[in-house]
Amino acid sequence: MTDMRTSDERDDVQATTGAQAEHAGNGAGNDAARELDVARRAFLRNTAAAGVVALGGGLTLYTISGEVLAKKAEEPLDPKKRWGMLIDTTKCREGCDKCVQACKKENGWDAEPGSRTDVQWIRKVEVRDPKTGFLASLPVMCQHCANPPCVDVCPTGASMQRADGIVRVDMHICIGCRYCMMACPYKARSFVHEDIPEEKKRFHAPMGKGVVTSCDFCAHRIDVGQIPACAEACPEGAMLFGDLNDPDSALARRLKEIPSYQIRADLGTDNGIRYTRLP
Amino acid sequence: MRATGRKIIMAGLAGSVIMLSGMTAQAGGDIAPKVPIDRTKGECVLPGDQMRREHMKILVHRRDDTMYQGIRGGKAAFSACLNCHMVKDDAGKPVTIESPRHFCRVCHDFAAVKVDCWSCHKSVPDDAGNINALKGADKEAEKASMFARLMNFVQGGAK
Ligand code: SF4
Ligand code: SF4
Repeated sequence: MTDMRTSDERDDVQATTGAQAEHAGNGAGNDAARELDVARRAFLRNTAAAGVVALGGGLTLYTISGEVLAKKAEEPLDPKKRWGMLIDTTKCREGCDKCVQACKKENGWDAEPGSRTDVQWIRKVEVRDPKTGFLASLPVMCQHCANPPCVDVCPTGASMQRADGIVRVDMHICIGCRYCMMACPYKARSFVHEDIPEEKKRFHAPMGKGVVTSCDFCAHRIDVGQIPACAEACPEGAMLFGDLNDPDSALARRLKEIPSYQIRADLGTDNGIRYTRLP
Repeated sequence: MRATGRKIIMAGLAGSVIMLSGMTAQAGGDIAPKVPIDRTKGECVLPGDQMRREHMKILVHRRDDTMYQGIRGGKAAFSACLNCHMVKDDAGKPVTIESPRHFCRVCHDFAAVKVDCWSCHKSVPDDAGNINALKGADKEAEKASMFARLMNFVQGGAK
């Protein structure tokens, strides 16, 4: 087992999947409330996005039209893209944590198994359907929600969504209040509790004591036309990364072929990470 | 009584300011710290005196470009600063911010300015050749447009 959570956290996930089934049979009152919530979030996000455009000064925001082109380092990102990933849980092996190891190496964090305080960007989770006993093993990281609650609650604007859908923390303005950690339904964020010694720092993935961090889809790699380190490391090819908005991308084509699911889709966060099969 | 006292203080202050500026003018070349740079790797993004005044603005501007637009690489990249300004110790290893010889500390120690950058950022380039940001820095057109934006910013165009 490579499950890195303590046993009570495991119960959490089971309870969550149970709640999902329960919610499906729930009345319409909830749905209306949820739609309102999603609309409010979208409004807040769009106002924030307007700020981003102004920040860019006279920059061209739209760079590429038509075919998918890998972004070059010095070009601004393409807001028409929305990065996402399909995780094939039928391929993901129980006990394998190569994606987690690759992320640790790439982004310079380390977590003791079972620690509740160490920085953790991605973890392997074993989820079992309590009714049938069916077990799935899957990596869980920031789900890069289209309606991210972590962005809604941030008092400083540090928790942000890039125009290409990547959700990350601008650690330069994060005050470490940890509100986003409370808001994230996926426990995707961690607070950096201790100073990180120079030799453990990664040049392209800075983080330090007093701020919150989370998976940024390897923005530093995507920005130079590479794919995230986890997807690259998976020996089973279980992680398919791509542009959700481009119907011709390998990801979009695959998503069209087979059913896929978002974790806790009932929350309306519209995750960018999808799974082929969830208990 | 009070007013006179203040006048005396003011006069004293003015005197010392004049004295101080006189000193700087006289001995400026000797006491101002020299930022170590490897000129074989090319010229800096801006001339030295301008860099001394503007580098923090450039860094913040660039920081936002990277955070919001994903712009990386090129001459204004953080990695590029380290690449040219890196100081090596006697064993030939780049010195970290722990050392007073680190190029940032050369000036900041002198000016008694303590910056927060290095609690998160690594103060030496990665050894693994993993400086993705430096890749793709070879397109002249991109460089030129980056410079234009930078100059525009420095001259007060985009704040
Ligand atoms: S998974 Fe959590 S941290 Fe990631 S975007 Fe959604 S709410 Fe934010
Ligand atoms: S911890 Fe930082 S990113 Fe999270 S809500 Fe507070 S200021 Fe925003």
